[in-house]
Amino acid sequence: MSAADVTVARNVTIARALRGRRVDPWAMVFEGLLLLTLLASLAIIVTLIWQVVSDGASVYAERGFVLSEWPDQIRATVDEIVTFLVEPIGVPGWIFSIAVLLGLPFALFTAFRRSWKTGALFVGILAAVIVLTGLVQTSDFLTSNLSRFPERAGIAQAIFGSLVLAVIVILVAMPLGIATAVYLEEYAPDNRFTAAVRLNIRNLAGVPSVVYGILGLAVFVQLLGTDIDTIPLVGGLLEDVFGEGGITGGKTIFAGGLTLAVVVLPIVIVTSSEAIRAVPQSLREGGYGVGATKWEVQKTLVLPNAFAGILTGTILSVSRAIGETAPLILVGAFYGTFFTTGNANLWEKLSGTYTALPQVVYQWAGEPSDEFRVSLTAAAIMALLAVTLIANLAAVLLRNRYERRW
Amino acid sequence: MTDVTTAVASPIDLSGDRRRVRRELRFRRLFLAAALSSLVISVSIVVSLVGDSITFLSNVDLGALWTDPHRWAPRVGRFDLPTVFMGSLLVTGMAMLVAIPLGLGAAIYLAEYANPRIRRVLKPVLEVLAGIPSIVLGFFAVAWIGPNIVQNIWTDANAFSLAAAGIGVGFLVTPLIASVSEDALRAVPLSLREAAYGMGAKKATTVVRVVLPAAISGVVAAIILAASRAIGETMVVLLAAGAFAEADYTTDVANVGITVTAAMASLATGTDQVAGGGGSGAGQAFNSLFFLGLLLFLVTLMLNMIGDRFVRRIRERY
Repeated sequence: MSAADVTVARNVTIARALRGRRVDPWAMVFEGLLLLTLLASLAIIVTLIWQVVSDGASVYAERGFVLSEWPDQIRATVDEIVTFLVEPIGVPGWIFSIAVLLGLPFALFTAFRRSWKTGALFVGILAAVIVLTGLVQTSDFLTSNLSRFPERAGIAQAIFGSLVLAVIVILVAMPLGIATAVYLEEYAPDNRFTAAVRLNIRNLAGVPSVVYGILGLAVFVQLLGTDIDTIPLVGGLLEDVFGEGGITGGKTIFAGGLTLAVVVLPIVIVTSSEAIRAVPQSLREGGYGVGATKWEVQKTLVLPNAFAGILTGTILSVSRAIGETAPLILVGAFYGTFFTTGNANLWEKLSGTYTALPQVVYQWAGEPSDEFRVSLTAAAIMALLAVTLIANLAAVLLRNRYERRW
Repeated sequence: MTDVTTAVASPIDLSGDRRRVRRELRFRRLFLAAALSSLVISVSIVVSLVGDSITFLSNVDLGALWTDPHRWAPRVGRFDLPTVFMGSLLVTGMAMLVAIPLGLGAAIYLAEYANPRIRRVLKPVLEVLAGIPSIVLGFFAVAWIGPNIVQNIWTDANAFSLAAAGIGVGFLVTPLIASVSEDALRAVPLSLREAAYGMGAKKATTVVRVVLPAAISGVVAAIILAASRAIGETMVVLLAAGAFAEADYTTDVANVGITVTAAMASLATGTDQVAGGGGSGAGQAFNSLFFLGLLLFLVTLMLNMIGDRFVRRIRERY
């Protein structure tokens, strides 16, 4: 045996010794168990979706999308939008129409100036919304009103209610949440008061939504609504201005939307704070260095760069709001009383009783007949899941794309 | 003496344009007002809960809060607290039994074992589970968990049961435990793991003996926050636990039951208010809603405070 052979043989032995026991059953079992828990969590999602789809698909199969009507319906939707914009009804209609006609070109211009990708995305989303609206119109289930007869029952009012609730949530929670986040991250002095506000927001995030329902009932339905005359000093005046129903009109969709906005406000604040914190300090210092004031730095540097994160948080919170049921039960989203969808104008629809998707799911799930309890409930859940899961997926993808740019 | 002359020389006005200064002040106040609104919300939660709770407590016969035999029946003036709180306890316990192994296991796998490519795919999926509305899990609990899990374990179980609700709530909070504890595990510095490997420890040993103890406060925080979420969960229980408006005291999870949140929701739905209209108990039953809300608020607040303490401990350590 040559010396070289001995060296090779020794190296092999050492390598083998260092590798340790090749099979370590316990470690494999441990890793296998961990993997199993993860797969189990994923299996839950799959089972859930499968269960819902297998129960609800029949409704869409019977009364679902009629493929041949798609092009006509999309054209009709575009026509409807154009008519609505060109011949608005009432003062709110005029305001909306003018806002869209002036705002849309501006938004398009801004998007395309940023980059052609942003512009394309913007146009794409607009087109997708119009096409989707057209598709929804071809489904009998999605366009029918609530009914006691299972073969006629649909969720048009619920979709409308959830949409309006989402708009109110965005309009209220987003500005309020972003402003709070900006204050806490950029303006707040490091003192006890700020610490108290921070602690308070973290605690608000943990308050059960059913408790928010009580808040909504006491504040938005009663104090700002039907009991507005009990507010000291200005109560009588407010009642004279807003009428019997007060500012929110009692158990209306406004009270519901405000309640949901309060439910998701902590989420908006926390996610916006994180997004603002992720903007590097050097950027702000650059801004101050060229003489910008604090607000100018926020407006031109911090907020634009935190925009993706803030948008993610807002999408997540809206998706959460659309799925919330418990607070709506307390602030009085109705099922039994319907507003008319046909000839009532927008204002009449908004100031009457209302319902929302999760509310209808809850009500149908409690019905005695199988058609309601199983198929129709599952079909309504499919609509609800389509909205919330797509929103969540969009938020997650958006976050992963813009994460750690710095 | 040149120093003195420069010091006395007219100072350059650095305060800037008056309009700009005023605008700065305006925005600062606007942001402060927004931040204050969160305090207003907290205060109004407490005020709206406490006011009617006092009305409730001053009118209720205290014996009605602890009846014998235990039974929650607000319409006839029996506001038995042990019934609803035992229900909440059972559902939360059941949920934790499901969610802790699932969530923690998934978190450890994602943080320590999964390669980055797999994690990039699987983590969003888990986050999507977090976005499923609770009412959907309620339906799932009735349609699938009840017949396929609960009735297989307890053969005499009711179609609706606290166990089905508990498992449903457990699935609901699994992503919460997974994501908070994964953050905690990933916050453990790499040097700790390398030190363990350097001493010849196996991967499994490193994870169990080194990484997990180092991240324990984050894991505990995840569990506490999940428990708080589980106690406050309403819709799953309302759909799956079976009891509406009234329920007997039970410690059997395979039985129908009621929780604090389900009791609140059924008090708030129109039918029950109308049904209570006959007797003097009607207004009082509605007031008990606020009292339950106050108790629930206090319990979750306490849990959140404790959880928050633990979360901040990991941030301070590393």
